[in-house]
Amino acid sequence: MNAFWIILTASLVSICCGILGCFLVLRKISMIGDAISHSVLPGIVIAFLISGSLSSVLVIIGASLMGLICTFLIEFFHRTVKIQSDAAIGMVFTFLFAVGVILITAYTGNIDLDVDCVLHGEIAYVPLDLAETGTFLDSFPTQPIILSILSLLILIFVFIGYKPLFLTSFDPEYAIAIGISTSLWHYLLMAAVSVTTVLSFESVGAILVVAFLIVPASTAYLLTDKLKLMILLSCVFGILSSILGYYLAAYLDGSIAGAISVMMGINFAIVFAYTKISSKKLQKIKSDPALNS
Amino acid sequence: MIKQVPNPLIEVHDLTVSYHTKPVLWNIDFSISKGQLVGIIGPNGAGKSTLLKSIMGLIEPQSGYVKIFDKNIDEIRDRVSYVPQRESVDWDFPASALDVVLMGRYSRKSWFKRYTKLDREIAFESLDKVNMKAFANRQISQLSGGQQQRVFLARALAQQTELYLMDEPFAGVDASTEESILQLLIKMTKEGKTILVVHHDLQTAFKYFDWMVMLNTSLIASCPSADAMTEEVIQNTYGGKLPLLSTISNLIKQKNLPIRE
Repeated sequence: MNAFWIILTASLVSICCGILGCFLVLRKISMIGDAISHSVLPGIVIAFLISGSLSSVLVIIGASLMGLICTFLIEFFHRTVKIQSDAAIGMVFTFLFAVGVILITAYTGNIDLDVDCVLHGEIAYVPLDLAETGTFLDSFPTQPIILSILSLLILIFVFIGYKPLFLTSFDPEYAIAIGISTSLWHYLLMAAVSVTTVLSFESVGAILVVAFLIVPASTAYLLTDKLKLMILLSCVFGILSSILGYYLAAYLDGSIAGAISVMMGINFAIVFAYTKISSKKLQKIKSDPALNS
Repeated sequence: MIKQVPNPLIEVHDLTVSYHTKPVLWNIDFSISKGQLVGIIGPNGAGKSTLLKSIMGLIEPQSGYVKIFDKNIDEIRDRVSYVPQRESVDWDFPASALDVVLMGRYSRKSWFKRYTKLDREIAFESLDKVNMKAFANRQISQLSGGQQQRVFLARALAQQTELYLMDEPFAGVDASTEESILQLLIKMTKEGKTILVVHHDLQTAFKYFDWMVMLNTSLIASCPSADAMTEEVIQNTYGGKLPLLSTISNLIKQKNLPIRE
């Protein structure tokens, strides 16, 4: 049963990340996902210091806000201060992350919160943390319940906002020209990424969530020219890696989130090799003298 | 040679735009009446695209204003179509030609709804007008530069508005396509639509357009094409670059080279 809960949790994280990751990759802002995942740290710590618990709603809100503040700051440094966007990302998230590290080391010495736990998560403990709601849900672990709700919300968000998300990703200038608020959709997307990062940090950790955001989406990008199919494939690759990764970790007795990320990398390599081989075949057919005569 | 028109459709008043501290447009003041095919002409870096983007409200001017249909652009965005430069987007984006043209059918009132059957019909019609119907389901990365340009044009046509602003719609298209697009634009102006086209080819400009806006950071001329075809206007627009240009065009004439890029 433990295996089921762990794989389910990882799959739900990879669905949330896989959907949002497609838009990050296509907007060429994947590293903002990285920035957000680090910047939520001070939010988590501050909220934890106030509420005294890691699983409170306050932590989720505080950390998500910090993720949004991070994207605001990046936009501000890029657009108003006029420095390169990648430099802005590097400046903002290292600063916020460092603040988080100081807060943890200075104030949470004796409590169950350390940098390791936030960065790497511990998905193996997911089945142990049962929901305490006083309803029938109590026999289920907390994380899969929360992540199911999140996946549903993200699916609804992308389903309803598909048209403007598609348009603002492909041609932001035209989107503004016909009256779509590109910054509204940018920040809605960023808010979704922030919440996803925060809710995933307990299971996969703040760093590996970046792999979940970027790798399956990039793998899917290699395979298709259709956005809807890309989103679907991205989720499929995420789930596949979750299953394979779990058994790899079980076999090696190592980190589960780490093994899942490695499987994503292997997935990507296989797909890349496949596209190379098929394009070589196509070239061979094209250069066939019979066709060119 | 700046001629103001009565009851203008577009009124650009005292427009100044600069990037950082370098002015790109300086005190531009002109008006355009309905039903004209207008060419915006000038050398590289003259501010042609910037002018179009300022009219479209994509760039905040330092001073001055633009009125379209006597209103601010934000009030009438659904009455203006825009064709950006082809290079402004990533054509490796996973989308088909039809997907892109359907964007023209986006409406702010029903942003959450799917495109209707009518939207699709209009998109197909628009693709047909630019001879691209056969490529509707083709992925945009597999289209040639000229075909991508026509997809952008079709997207603007699908908006079905009265005013069209086009940034270099002839860039990278072959001669016969350029001719068919031109015929389409002429037909549209006859139906009462107004079209502003950023164009870089002085040779063809006088032939194509009813009205010329000649630009070189400041406004040199805004008048009927025939009136703009004077040595003085062209000299002022192209400045020191004209001797070089005329040498080239003389060479082209002598050697009978094709004049397109």
